[in-house]
Order: sequence, then structure tokens, then C-alpha cells
Amino acid sequence: MAEQASSELDAGSALAVSLRGVTKVYDSGVAALGPVDLDVQRGEFVSLVGPSGCGKSTALRLIAGLTAPTAGTVSVSRLAAEVRGHHPIGFVFQEPTLMPWASVRENVRLPLKLAHAPTSEADARIDEALAQVGLAEFAKSYPRELSGGMKMRVSLARALVTDPDILLMDEPFAALDEITRFRLNNDLLALWRKLNKTVIFVTHSVFESVYLSQRVIVMTARPGRIGAEFRISATEPRGEEFRTSAEYAGFCRQVSNALAPAYAGQAGA
Amino acid sequence: MKSSLHAVRLLLPVVVFAAALLLWEAIVRVNNIQPYVLPGPVAVFQTLIDDWSVLSQSLGVTLLTTLEGFVAAAIGGIALALLFNQSKWLEYSLFPYAVILQVTPVIAIAPLLLIYLQQQTAVVVCAWIVAFFPVLSNTTLGLNSVDRNLAGLFQLYGATRLQTLSYLKLPAALPFILGGLRIAGGLSLIGAVVAEIAAGTAGAGSGLAFRIAESGYRLNIPRMFAALFLLSVAGIVIYGVLALISHLVLRRWHESALGKES
Repeated sequence: MAEQASSELDAGSALAVSLRGVTKVYDSGVAALGPVDLDVQRGEFVSLVGPSGCGKSTALRLIAGLTAPTAGTVSVSRLAAEVRGHHPIGFVFQEPTLMPWASVRENVRLPLKLAHAPTSEADARIDEALAQVGLAEFAKSYPRELSGGMKMRVSLARALVTDPDILLMDEPFAALDEITRFRLNNDLLALWRKLNKTVIFVTHSVFESVYLSQRVIVMTARPGRIGAEFRISATEPRGEEFRTSAEYAGFCRQVSNALAPAYAGQAGA
Repeated sequence: MKSSLHAVRLLLPVVVFAAALLLWEAIVRVNNIQPYVLPGPVAVFQTLIDDWSVLSQSLGVTLLTTLEGFVAAAIGGIALALLFNQSKWLEYSLFPYAVILQVTPVIAIAPLLLIYLQQQTAVVVCAWIVAFFPVLSNTTLGLNSVDRNLAGLFQLYGATRLQTLSYLKLPAALPFILGGLRIAGGLSLIGAVVAEIAAGTAGAGSGLAFRIAESGYRLNIPRMFAALFLLSVAGIVIYGVLALISHLVLRRWHESALGKES
């Protein structure tokens, strides 16, 4: 196996994340990813789309440092957040992944508690994060008392509470109904514009990726590589009108066409 | 509708119990059966009152033994599970012996223990042997049932082993631990009784099981029944208290403790 490496980008770099020749082969021998070269600018909203098992989630886990690359380097800009004493990466999973035994407030507190943040400072940041996702009055509720969309909002608040520079989202809205998903899409866009975070968003929905992103990256079937890239140069800010515009439909068709070969190889897909 | 159904469910066993007692008393009276063969429930109840000073003392002894065995089982089971969780090597080396201890009938181990240990200690050890395994296996299962994504989240935020244990693994394992404790409560009573019976009248004990053995030799059958009744009540109370604790701890979040309507 080649060298495993991760490094930090300079504080002055315009890049938030940089992957160079990254591959991931699991212990079972399955080649999940790569080689992949990917640069994400600070403040950019990038989506990764691709068929199931194309390594989209693996790419996120590599960037988060939850797993090490088999070869290549993963570089993440940590400095900006660490200067502020904050954790640089927030992660939102496909499931809300909340602790059922803890209230909404305690769930959101978790990253701060693990970092031994002072209580008074933590309380203020929890209030802010909950307000950002519109759940201020549900702080004392327990996860089981919330709807699927609200649980996802708690998960988002937890990712935001450390004020990270980079937000990694792994098909976060896939299990939600369409109306709820659209609302969360809009709220996420509003947050992204306001907070100026770098967002890397994994989805299998072409429509969702085009609606949200500045750049859509289409992955090939396993082992996942970058098949095509599209810059979604739509007018900002986007809203419900964009969702029904011809421009939007055009982008969706382009991305769908690029995605078709990845599915062609899959029997019955 | 629902509440009346609930009342019926509570009432039915009581009615069955009362009917059985009545039948029992009737059979004894009609056939004029002597108390040293089969005492009626009235005679048993009378004995319970008359011999209360002896029986209550024995009840105290047995309950204390049960409590000691239970606490030892709870601490031992949870501590061992935590150790196993931290070190696979320890688990591989020791777990088979925990299983062996569990599958060997305690009634067969008790006489040996009584040779090497003081009777009071031997009785507690018996209670521990029977009761610790469900705590160990349930806690182990619970500690291994942690949500993988939550574990990933703890890893992402650089949680220490201690933080992962106390904020994630232990709370996640709590329903399992409480389930194990509920089983262990009843089992430690059984363990204590088995050891007392094994010690028999040769021992210097004075627990309820000892009273049953002793009364048997003296053909004091009503007292045997009275002591048995107390053991049964003790078992029910232990189970009830542990079930209540489990419910109170879990009621805010765990499926098992939620009402059907929510």
C-alpha cells in the first residue's frame, strides 16, 4: 500500500479541501474510490452525485478524517476555525444520528461538551445554532417527539454549533418527504449564504444537487471517479421560481445525461 | 374502554387467586385433612402471624443475602462487561469461563462452596454466580449496540475513550443493563435460597430456605407454606421494584417504556 497522508492547507490558501490522487480500498478488497483529484474553494457549495456504492460517502468520510485513504493525500484547511478555537468540520449523516436519551439541547451541546467548552459560552452557541435552524422552542424536547424533518434540523444545528468552516452532508434529506426536503433545501441555502461556509453535499438526486450547488460533480460507478463537472451558473439567490425554470430543467438534463453511463453498467438499475 | 380493560387485567389474577384459596380451604375442611399433611390457607395465614418473629427475622436474613448477591452481581457484571469492551483479549480469555460458571447448575456448586467458604460468604457467592451472567451478557450486548454513525461522530470530534464510554456507550447500553438487572434480581434470590437449602439444617443459617428445610424435618408444614409464601412475595417485590426503576429511568426516551399511544 502507498503512503497514507493527510496534510493541512495554508491559512492563506483559497482552498478549503484538496484531494490528490486519493483512492480507498476497503479491507474486504473492494475498491470504493478513485483515484480522485478534487479541489473545493472556500465558501463553495459543491454536490457529489452518483449511483449507490460509487464512493460518495467514502469521499466525505475521508475528508472528515473518519477513515484514512489507501493512497494519495487529503488536505483540509483547519486554520481558520482553529484560530477561533472551533472544530473545523461539521458532519451531517444520512440519518439524524441523535442520542435518543438526550434532549435536543444536549444533543446539540455534544461537540462542545467533547471539546470541554465552558458552559456559558456553550449555552450561547447552542441557542444560536437552534435559532438558525428554527428550533429554538424545541430545545427541551426529546428526539422521539420530533418529526423526521425536525430531527434533521437538530442534526444540522449540532453540525453548526462549533461554527465550522466546512460542512459535510451525506444524503441528509434522502429519507424525508418532498415538501419537507424542499423546505430544508431552502433553509440550507439561506444558511449557506448567511454563514459563508464551505458545503460538500452528497446526494443521489440530480434535482437536489442542481438546485443547491454552485458546482455539481458527477461520479462514475465503483470505484468512484469524477466523471463530469458542471458549474451551475444560475442567478442568485435561488428560490422556488428557480425550481420550475427552464434554466433549472436544462441543468438537470445535462447532469442526468452525464450520470446515465454510471447507471448503464448496473444490472436492473 | 381502555381503562376498564386494564382493570380487568389486574382483577382477573386476583379473582383466580381468591378462588384457588377458597377451593383449597374447602378441600381441606371437607376431607378433614390434618395440618401436618396439608394445612389450609387460613392455618398458613395463622402461622404467618403466630411465627412472625421467627419468620420476619429469616426473611431479613434472606433479603440481605439476596441484596448482597445482587449488588455483587450488578457491580461484577457491569465491570466485567466494561473490561471486555475495552480489551478484546481479556474478553476472549475470560468469557468462556463466565459461560461455564453460568451453565453449571449452582445447586451442584453450592456444596463445594460450603466446604471452602464460611456459610454466609458461600450463600452470597452462590447468589452472585447465578445472577451476574445476565448482567454481563446484557451489558456486553448493549455496549456493542452503539449506533455506528454516533460512534463516528464521537470520533470526528476527537472524543477520548472515557468520553465515548460515559456519554455514548453507557447511555446506549442502559436499557440492556436494566433488563439484565431485572433478571438478576430474581436470580439472586434463587441463588440465595439454593445455597441455604444446600447448607441445610447442618448450617448455622437462619434464612427462609433454612426455615423451610428445618420445618420439613419437624413436620411443621404450615410454617413451610408460610415461609414459601414470604419467599414468593419477596421475589415479586424485587421484580416490581426493579421494573419500576427501569421504567422511571427510561420513560423519557426508550421504546420499551413508552405508552402505546405515542
